[in-house]
Amino acid sequence: MKFTEDHEWLTADGDVVTVGITEHAASQLGDVVFVELPEVEAQVSKGDEIVVIESVKAASDIVAPLDGEIVEVNEAIVETPNLVNDDPLGGAWFFKIKVADLGPMNELMDEDAYKAFVE
Amino acid sequence: MGELKRTGLFDLHLEHGAKMVPFAGYDMPVQYAAGVMAEHKHCRAKAGLFDVSHMGQVILRGAGRAEALESVVPVDVAGLGEGRQRYGFFTNEAGGILDDLMVANRGEDLFLVVNAARKDHDLELLAGLKGAEVTPIEDRALLALQGPAAEDVLAETVPEIRDMRFLDVIVAGDLWISRSGYTGEDGFEISVPEARAEAFARELLTHDDVLPIGLGARDSLRLEAGLCLYGSDIDEKTSPVEAGLVWAIQKVRRTGGAREGGFPGAARILSEIAEGPARKRVGLLPDGRAPMRAGTEIFADAEGGTAIGSVTSGAFGPSIERPISMSYVPTEHAAPGTALFGEVRGKRLPLAVAPLPFTPAQFKR
Repeated sequence: MKFTEDHEWLTADGDVVTVGITEHAASQLGDVVFVELPEVEAQVSKGDEIVVIESVKAASDIVAPLDGEIVEVNEAIVETPNLVNDDPLGGAWFFKIKVADLGPMNELMDEDAYKAFVE
Repeated sequence: MGELKRTGLFDLHLEHGAKMVPFAGYDMPVQYAAGVMAEHKHCRAKAGLFDVSHMGQVILRGAGRAEALESVVPVDVAGLGEGRQRYGFFTNEAGGILDDLMVANRGEDLFLVVNAARKDHDLELLAGLKGAEVTPIEDRALLALQGPAAEDVLAETVPEIRDMRFLDVIVAGDLWISRSGYTGEDGFEISVPEARAEAFARELLTHDDVLPIGLGARDSLRLEAGLCLYGSDIDEKTSPVEAGLVWAIQKVRRTGGAREGGFPGAARILSEIAEGPARKRVGLLPDGRAPMRAGTEIFADAEGGTAIGSVTSGAFGPSIERPISMSYVPTEHAAPGTALFGEVRGKRLPLAVAPLPFTPAQFKR
């Protein structure tokens, strides 16, 4: 599992990368009440704001961590936004993105580096 | 900004895992370990303890105190029974609202509770009144215990509260207690000497039914209850009639009443009562799940046109499990069920005007 400075986690299965947010991010956001996900087949570039997430406190964005095509989104968190608080690293993944180049993923933080980053 | 003030319960807040935020010059708990959603639901199911010591507590004495307060507040103060409390507001010459308050008649004096952010303003206003002697209370904390279990919990310490009805006030030893609050639930506000406020709060918190509740849930509770937040839903530009607060202006202060008018802005306020206001505060229920927060512009149509209003308070309502908002809209769009649109992130999303409150009040009348 890799981590971004935007508090996303990524796991790769072949050229498809699953993306969610970290426990730290979920805890900082507070109770999540609304999630808007990108369209499947959307072409996205790293840094694009592709997810809107609203908690009891405020609205925030989640950005695409890599260039690629959205191949699947998790409707379960649209139906039950609080899953993001209950199971951020598992059932509450956000989207799967098919990438042409996995290289940039290697430059992201590993778990130890992310732990140090949020401390 | 200067140094943030702390209430007497600061250490207790931190012990309960509070996230502290600046609010009206105080360092206040926005939530505790349980989080906003759980705190909100707990308060509606059992009982919640709120530290509202940042609010202003003021005593008015002097033979002319009721008349003096009536000169700046358009409610019936002189006719308020001993041991009773009511809601009111200070108005300005333009008929706007300078602050809202609770006033209690304790027989020998009037006890006022005003908003934290407005207490300096209100004290200056009160100090200018003839016939009343104004004493700000600086050495007492203010706690609110709210929710269906509040009576049973508080009665263990103060048995006589069982005899109180909604808006009764009593003095019980060194405690000043009213049966009122800001959540739509049955409950109490308790003024307690600063020196023993922490011990008193700890005693209440030992009860299994009581959780501490932060400002986050305080806001979502009062919004579901359709209650105004000063500075957001009411301010110097909104009249009490537009705000739907005419119920708080008793007949004796209205046109034809024995003490008609005699408060700032009476001309506009009394004529709006007679003729109806051009706009009204309404509840809004978005069709979808996206919260429409303060500042969200409201439109009559799905496309084109100019905004007819903007959200004054908006959040997710944990008890009704959907987003809720309040806004002023022109009277012709204010009927419950009217279909309108809120613009969120560039998209016009459908909503319906809804009656207030969103959740029914649970007061013990």
